[in-house]
Amino acid sequence: MTAILEARGLRKSFDRTEALRGVDVSIRRGEIVAIMGPSGSGKSTLLHCLAGVTVPDAGTVAFNGTPISTLDETARGKLRLTDFGFVFQFGQLLPELTALDNVAVPLLLAGERRGTAATRASEWLGRLGLDGKAQRRPQELSGGEAQRVAIARALVTKPAVLFADEPTGSLDSLAAEAVMRIMIDLVREAGTTVVVVTHDPRTAAYADRDIIVRDGHVSVALGEAA
Amino acid sequence: MDSALTLLGLVSLRPSYGYDLKQLYDRLFGLRKPLAFGQVYATIARMIRDGLLAPLGEEAGDGPDRKRYAVTPDGERRLAEWMFTPDVPSETLQNNIFAKTVVALLTGRDAHSLLDIQRACHMEQMRSLTRLKQGAGLMHVLLYDHALFHIEADLRWIDMTAARLTQLRDEVLA
Repeated sequence: MTAILEARGLRKSFDRTEALRGVDVSIRRGEIVAIMGPSGSGKSTLLHCLAGVTVPDAGTVAFNGTPISTLDETARGKLRLTDFGFVFQFGQLLPELTALDNVAVPLLLAGERRGTAATRASEWLGRLGLDGKAQRRPQELSGGEAQRVAIARALVTKPAVLFADEPTGSLDSLAAEAVMRIMIDLVREAGTTVVVVTHDPRTAAYADRDIIVRDGHVSVALGEAA
Repeated sequence: MDSALTLLGLVSLRPSYGYDLKQLYDRLFGLRKPLAFGQVYATIARMIRDGLLAPLGEEAGDGPDRKRYAVTPDGERRLAEWMFTPDVPSETLQNNIFAKTVVALLTGRDAHSLLDIQRACHMEQMRSLTRLKQGAGLMHVLLYDHALFHIEADLRWIDMTAARLTQLRDEVLA
């Protein structure tokens, strides 16, 4: 099966700290991959490079075989809007907008008409079990509900890849489980590829496999015999 | 898990036939390993011998599968003692993973790799339990959660140890 995302020889430094020191990663279409590792290991930097948010100092990232690390900011911005979805630890919803409008924003940015955007946003809120919460503002939602709104917002444009950075990091165990369950059900149904950064093994256990980043390298579990 | 005392607990619900006990036990606790009929009757016989169970008088002449059993006052006392005596947390100070890590460091082998291999095995087990949890009823979800939390505790230890291997090597070789 062909890779939807392929990174080769990624290097990235911030000031004098080397966050990535030559990382190769290949992710297949429809795969759910967890990136794990200690704090400061470079796992978020790897996610940002794969998603075209950060440009690596060296190495390449290809999405569907096309290099993205060499695109200019406008082209990468367009890619992030149309092909990628994002979920962060703290939903980062717009506080002055209702749940419905938050979910509609990416559609409006992509040029969708207001009425259509509202209908589709409402459908997605329903899929995430948020019927009846459409008119609530983020501060009127529980942490788990806000995170499900963020997932609806990330999936409403039907992205090829969903990037999630510690999506359950601010939730208690029960809410985290509800969020992961519903997210995994939806992405499996749609065939969406998922890259999720997490330090939580219970969240990572929803993935098909995990990649460990340690000291800027991807650590591979091979015995001495291998 | 003590299957004999668990069975005793089920009889204390109401006097029961061996067959019904097995069915109830399997529904509640037999997810991975249902009880064999032979084991049920052997356990009942042992508990009768120990005075914890008694066959009900009116059916005493029939074969074991035709008898109902009830918990004796001694049985009730034993049950309460079992239930309200805390379980000792499982012995983990002689852990095999710890031993392998120390021996690897002592003999100059790759301790990082052994922890990574163990970690991969633990994660695989967590993924498989998480898949089983999807769509399971609450009783089984809680059972899988119990296993998941224990594996997670091991994983935390593995990560902590992996992060401190250099220091541990110095201590082991001192």
